[in-house]
Amino acid sequence: MRKNVVFILFLAFALLLASCGGGEETAAPAETEAPPVEEAAPSGEQVQLVIESWRNDDLTIWEDKIIPAFEAKYPNIDVVFAPTPPAEYNGVLNTKLEGGTAGDLITCRPFDASLALYDQGYLASLNDLPGMENFGDVAKSAWITDDGSNVFCVPMASVIHGFFYNKEAFEKLGLQVPKTKAEFMAVLEAIKADGTYTPLAMGTSDMWEAATMGFQNIGPVNWKGEEGRKALIAGTGKYTDEPYVKTWQELAAWAPYLPDGYEAVKYPDAQQLFTLGKAAIYPTGSWEISVFEKDAQFPMGIFPPPLDNEGDTCYISDHTDIALGMNAATQHSEEARTFLSWMTTPEFAELYANALPGFFSLSNEPVTLTDPLAQEFQSWRESCEETIRNSYQILSRGEPNLENELWRVSAAVMNGTLTPEQAAEEVQAGLDSWYTPTQ
Amino acid sequence: MQPAKARKPFPTHILVFLAPAVLLYTLFMVYPLLNSLRLSFFEIGPQNQTTFVGLDNYIKLFTDENFAPRFWGALGNNVVFFLVHMLVQNPIGLLLAALLASGGRGRGFYRSVLFMPTILSVVIIGFIWNLILSPLWGVAQTMMSWVGLEQFYKPWLGLESTALVTISLISVWQFIGIPMILFYTALIGIPEELTEASRVDGASGWATFWRIKFPLILPTVGIVGILTYVGNFNAFDLIYTLKGANAGPEYSTDIMGTFFFRTYFGQQLQLGNPSMGATVAAMMFLIILVGVLVYLILWQRRVQSYEL
Repeated sequence: MRKNVVFILFLAFALLLASCGGGEETAAPAETEAPPVEEAAPSGEQVQLVIESWRNDDLTIWEDKIIPAFEAKYPNIDVVFAPTPPAEYNGVLNTKLEGGTAGDLITCRPFDASLALYDQGYLASLNDLPGMENFGDVAKSAWITDDGSNVFCVPMASVIHGFFYNKEAFEKLGLQVPKTKAEFMAVLEAIKADGTYTPLAMGTSDMWEAATMGFQNIGPVNWKGEEGRKALIAGTGKYTDEPYVKTWQELAAWAPYLPDGYEAVKYPDAQQLFTLGKAAIYPTGSWEISVFEKDAQFPMGIFPPPLDNEGDTCYISDHTDIALGMNAATQHSEEARTFLSWMTTPEFAELYANALPGFFSLSNEPVTLTDPLAQEFQSWRESCEETIRNSYQILSRGEPNLENELWRVSAAVMNGTLTPEQAAEEVQAGLDSWYTPTQ
Repeated sequence: MQPAKARKPFPTHILVFLAPAVLLYTLFMVYPLLNSLRLSFFEIGPQNQTTFVGLDNYIKLFTDENFAPRFWGALGNNVVFFLVHMLVQNPIGLLLAALLASGGRGRGFYRSVLFMPTILSVVIIGFIWNLILSPLWGVAQTMMSWVGLEQFYKPWLGLESTALVTISLISVWQFIGIPMILFYTALIGIPEELTEASRVDGASGWATFWRIKFPLILPTVGIVGILTYVGNFNAFDLIYTLKGANAGPEYSTDIMGTFFFRTYFGQQLQLGNPSMGATVAAMMFLIILVGVLVYLILWQRRVQSYEL
């Protein structure tokens, strides 16, 4: 008898446990869903908009500058900037969208990642958004369907590639800013001969620097920007062509001027090497301005990718990088559209471009910049032809993924484990295996 | 059920005791695992519609010119990763355990210190070793110069020829505590009488260890082996922390875990491919399953366990 009582007690306990377990399991998703959904608020009530982003570096700028400026105008909309670390963003965002727990506004990666989201019905079309007319075709090119019929993100910013240099080092060694490739190599040689500074701060461990800050930085001069990029998409140009092989040859020639053991030097290492004043030149892009201006104790200058001959047309990579779209499943589409529409105004453009020097507005409206380095970067838009990274539009859709391949071979070329010709052949063979250009 | 044995009722309480664990494991482990296996037989279209494709994904994984080299490369690297652990981590773990079990001062201190890296976050491990081995600010180069070895310094983490072994050794350093503690507990469980008897019979310390102690801890050797195997073929985090999902240079540090991650979640401009990712995951499951079966059938049945 007593045994039975004990048994019943245990049974009750076990059932309690089981029901708790079950309850937890159903409660958990509902809990995470809560912030974006809430109750669909009638107008006039406080509405919360959540922004998904990978720009966790910009958290304070959004919280202190951009969101207050917006909320001052639209006091009934409460905007929350909720970033995820860049490397996890795509995966996390996809999972959230599938689970219906993503925020109302989605920061858009350029080209296919966002296009895929639009095709799957996760991003809403923004064709009729008031203010969309402030953006030109190039600005919208990264967030538009292939046939050009639907725009799904409001372009926010682009980044421009170039070289930073340590003005103090150049002065000390009596060097002139190089304009041609020959001058560039001579400057590197002079810095190396002197020995005080590492000529070029760059490593190949993370691989993307070799492709993005190397290949896509100095390459447009060789493949003539948009002309070469469009030829690749049309199939009339190939990576085995002379401009591309030449670009890898130029990268391979950098190797002796990189820090010792550059094969294991990572991106933050290279950044620190430069900001500590131990390196003279740093190939990169405009997004470094705010970080460098904060950390570096010496005056910095910039120069665009060197040319074959002085007076040639210069080409720069002015890469459309970031935009904002609307979650098609949002409960607050009206408020989300209000926010997106506000983002097309010059007010936002000026606020954003000045809060984040190095991220340039894509708006047609003129934007006044206060940061001198950012001004200089922006001035290249007047004097040079602009293009975007050649692997981003259409060509990175298949497997092997072109962008990953460019990372891999560019790093290998700089490490000396692939020749430029081999790199070109491998990349083109990979592209040929799935890509048939539409004539 | 037999009326003759009616006095033995069905043991309902066992079911009740098992229920919570069975429910939770089924819900959070068995079901996802089976669902992931199921996914590997499907293809996901652009509108998220799934179509049954049979074994196509597996055929693609083994024959496709993009997937096959990556798969075999990752598997080969994973075998190297495992062998380094088996040949370095476990023997050293055994040695440390034997030293600890032989007594002496400061035993508790060393035991804790040697176990410490195991409980550290892998991000910290990655960061520390990146700094130690860094060609720019690493102490490795400086310390080697103290003993006149600086010409042998290489940026090991960045070279195609050395990156994988370097990362394997970092992982060995991190996890050495686990075989050490397992061997240690097995060794101190051996009764004094046995070792005393061998000493009385005139056996040397060396002979006592290999003839008496080692055979007695063979079951633990098997457990350590299979734990290493399962852990290594599931490994991912250290390589991801040190080299990223592309596992460079030239995929030389790519193992099954990073290959799965890249395939399933995508990387930079490469979009994730859940069904191919599930196929890779199924292969990882199969590899581990085969290993565990080999251990259960070939090892555990043959090894004699002694009641001590």
